[in-house]
Amino acid sequence: MTGASVPAGVGTRTIEQNLTMENIRNFSIIAHIDHGKSTLADRLIQKTGLVDDRKFRDQILDNMDIERERGITIKSQAVTLPYVNKGGVAFELNLIDTPGHVDFSYEVSRALASCEGVLLLVDAAQGVEAQTVANLYAALEHDLEIIPVINKIDLPSADIERVKEEIEVDLGLDSDQALLCSAKEGTGIDEVLEAITAYIPPPKGSADDPLKALIFDAHYDPFRGTIVSCRVFSGTLEPGDTIRLMYNNAAYRVEEVGVFKLLREPRKRLSAGEVGYIISGIKTVSDVRVGDTVTLDSHPAPEPLPGFKEVKPVVFSSIYPISSEDYHSLFDALEKYKLNDAALVYQKDSSVALGVGFRCGFLGLLHLEVVQERLEREFGQSLIMTVPTVQYKFVLTNGETIKVDNPVDYPDPVTIDKALEPYIRASIMIPERYMGAVMDLCLERRGVNSRFTYPTPGRIEIQFDMPLAEVIYDFYDKLKTVTQGYGSFDYDLLDYRESDLVRMDILVNGEKVDALSQIVFREKARSRALQACERLREEIPRHMFKIAVQGAIGGNIIARKTISPFRKDVTAKCYGGDITRKRKLLEKQKKGKKRMKMIGSVSIPQSAFVAVLRSESK
Amino acid sequence: MEQAGLYIHVPFCRSKCPYCDFYSLATGSLIPDWLDATASEMALYKGRFGVFDTVYLGGGTPTLLPAAALEILMNRLQDHFTFAPETEISTEANPKDLTPEKISLLKALGFNRINVGVQSFDDGELAFLGRQHDARDAAEAVSRLRSAGFDNVGMDLIYGMPGQDMGCWFHTLDTALSFEPEHLSCYQLTIEKRTVFSRRKEKGDLAPIGDDLEREFFLRTSESLTGRGYLHYEISNFARHGRHICRHNEKYWHHVPYLGLGPSAHSFQDGHRWWNVRSVRGYCRTLKTGAAPVEGKETLSPAQADLESVALGLRTQTGFDRSEIRGPIADKVLEELEAAGFLHCEGTRVVPTRKGFLFADHLPLYLCEDGRL
Repeated sequence: MTGASVPAGVGTRTIEQNLTMENIRNFSIIAHIDHGKSTLADRLIQKTGLVDDRKFRDQILDNMDIERERGITIKSQAVTLPYVNKGGVAFELNLIDTPGHVDFSYEVSRALASCEGVLLLVDAAQGVEAQTVANLYAALEHDLEIIPVINKIDLPSADIERVKEEIEVDLGLDSDQALLCSAKEGTGIDEVLEAITAYIPPPKGSADDPLKALIFDAHYDPFRGTIVSCRVFSGTLEPGDTIRLMYNNAAYRVEEVGVFKLLREPRKRLSAGEVGYIISGIKTVSDVRVGDTVTLDSHPAPEPLPGFKEVKPVVFSSIYPISSEDYHSLFDALEKYKLNDAALVYQKDSSVALGVGFRCGFLGLLHLEVVQERLEREFGQSLIMTVPTVQYKFVLTNGETIKVDNPVDYPDPVTIDKALEPYIRASIMIPERYMGAVMDLCLERRGVNSRFTYPTPGRIEIQFDMPLAEVIYDFYDKLKTVTQGYGSFDYDLLDYRESDLVRMDILVNGEKVDALSQIVFREKARSRALQACERLREEIPRHMFKIAVQGAIGGNIIARKTISPFRKDVTAKCYGGDITRKRKLLEKQKKGKKRMKMIGSVSIPQSAFVAVLRSESK
Repeated sequence: MEQAGLYIHVPFCRSKCPYCDFYSLATGSLIPDWLDATASEMALYKGRFGVFDTVYLGGGTPTLLPAAALEILMNRLQDHFTFAPETEISTEANPKDLTPEKISLLKALGFNRINVGVQSFDDGELAFLGRQHDARDAAEAVSRLRSAGFDNVGMDLIYGMPGQDMGCWFHTLDTALSFEPEHLSCYQLTIEKRTVFSRRKEKGDLAPIGDDLEREFFLRTSESLTGRGYLHYEISNFARHGRHICRHNEKYWHHVPYLGLGPSAHSFQDGHRWWNVRSVRGYCRTLKTGAAPVEGKETLSPAQADLESVALGLRTQTGFDRSEIRGPIADKVLEELEAAGFLHCEGTRVVPTRKGFLFADHLPLYLCEDGRL
């Protein structure tokens, strides 16, 4: 050790002497949703004095409103915590936060690849859940040290013994090692910090080898451009160096390196074992790929770090501005949004019903919802989104295979030789009593090849092969309903399988609303069409004439609902004092109408498009 | 140039009716102040409106004014403004006020059109409406007007009251028709905000009769009266003959200039509209300082003027001019609406049908789409 000192608290901008590798610990917290990951992270931050209690804002790592509201972490972030253990040794603990949702499993894997160990957090009342298991396997894949932590021991419903048993049986971990804490109350936090220094191994690697740094996140700063979060595995990186992103094969000059201490803290260098950031004039986060390896242009690594994968969207939907004149404003908003979300892909799209918009690809349904909410909330956009769809493959009679992620591109049925749709392996953990209901749900969603395991008495893990399309369509909501919130769910993409697919169209007074077309499994077309028609019937206001809402496959009508006309709309008196009032009302209604979409003579409000997407359980 | 209309708002009532949202006070104590103030207001507008060919006393209850006040008011109008030879001079009248003396006075002051607030010929309904008169009072008042030689008598009637069936309504309508009135205003009962009825509705002890029945009442009324030779010339107004159309009210609907005197009265001239303060005291106080008691004003943009023309036109048998809508698919929309039976085109005029009247509040919106209006 070369004169290591405890780094000063928040706000210092001095460039410090880096600690040796022996005194660095890189770790993540992994947990099922709502098991208290963010709360524990906040406690660790608070306990290590990185931020004083007065400034302490709950759940600092989740800094976006939506994440805060939903209690989930979408973007991973890192923070460097100064800590002196009971033996008086100074450490730097790098906490790398991981996104907590199945849509972001690749990002999770890159964050885990940057660590030597994890805290596996289990709720003392809920016990082991599907994501706990999925996270454990992810951690084992990276050969990480795993410290089980039982959280929420303050809850009246906490059952520590049962949870310990689950940790032994479900997870195959030594439950005697499990730490007990209540992040909410702040108990057991010291023990957690001690365990991190005692059990998680220090990083390995040589600062003299060629530079290899793993990018596990990137975010956009309006003043500095893209801030790349990385873990250095070997070599050293300093301002002035020219770096090369190995997959993208692009070179940049490093302006600044440093570590995250809630605020960025510049350092002279980043060396093997360390976690920090690089600022090097990279314009957008899309120029950076999570999982790519950073090396030095002058002295490159012979090969990149393993595990890189190009993230591909799996769910597709088009977004349109409600008012067509807002197209440019939506375009600008998407460009700005994209600065911070490389996973979103989009291209111009147009619809007869909705005008000009964008076809977007998302990592999953949650990602879609996040994008929609942020565009509306942060960028003030009023949007209409079309029904999300997966990417289908069609083998045509001429032998060609085409990929279709937009119902508009559904090929002429007579040219289709074979239709294929993506399948996933769904893992669902539930208390045994919900087995019947969950089986019914999975079978109804075309689940096949079921497998069961009984990790502990009273609990069951069900695996099914299921079409992805069945999952993006309100599956998770349904699962929560039938299991009263006790069901947990995780999935992996499997392969493409043959299927019988049709395009179901919606007609309003005989006119096709292209934005409402969906590619569906033939046997489900009728029920989906009926549901869509019913939703539209509820949402489209009455007009002066009768409106027929129909579902159709090709020329065949398979569902029909009628919106009866209103009977009258007239006020009895209109004299001197009433005229201005009446005109103002008309002007207001006119404005409201502008926010509706005209299909023939029928005005369809935004809510109707949204309603067709909505899960039926609401 | 079209001759202007003159309206005088008499904001006093014997008592407030539970359905009425026109501005009035249930006391006559401020009548002298109001009378002085109207004189000041007349002076402000002297010479600014050219020739008037209609005068309309509304309220409130103009017939509540004492004979002397009424006389002073009418004389002052003569002093301040110029009137066409055949000026239509109307007043709203409460049946209880139409004593032989009052009727002679009205005749003497030059009134040639009396609009009687009959509302119903059913005593139960009149009680529900909070009216101070009964069916007999109304019948007698109209008879007296006839005997005094009034040949342009109108009646206001209300239909669509909770519990009222078609039979009750036609009893009232037939009774009214037995007097062969030159004009009938048949108003659908509307629960206006800030009235006793709206409070009762909120509490749940007054239920509107519903769209289906309202529609039925409207259509049956229109069919029946047109069958008897009346012109259904506006949503709620019927005239026995073209010459009995209320010329004053027509001005509101066709952007013809009108001057409104008195609290809350509205005026319109050359695309400008302005309106007076509502409170009698505020009105009097402002005029004492020599200022106009104007509370608000607006100038119509061409688009607003068109919107109003169309909206108002759709309430009357004259309709609106085809040139007022000119969007890219205006022809198609008109064609559709004509095919659906809401209106028909007569040369350059677009005229609502009876069915179109039922949707008069909605049709302009329909014509607005695509920036057409």
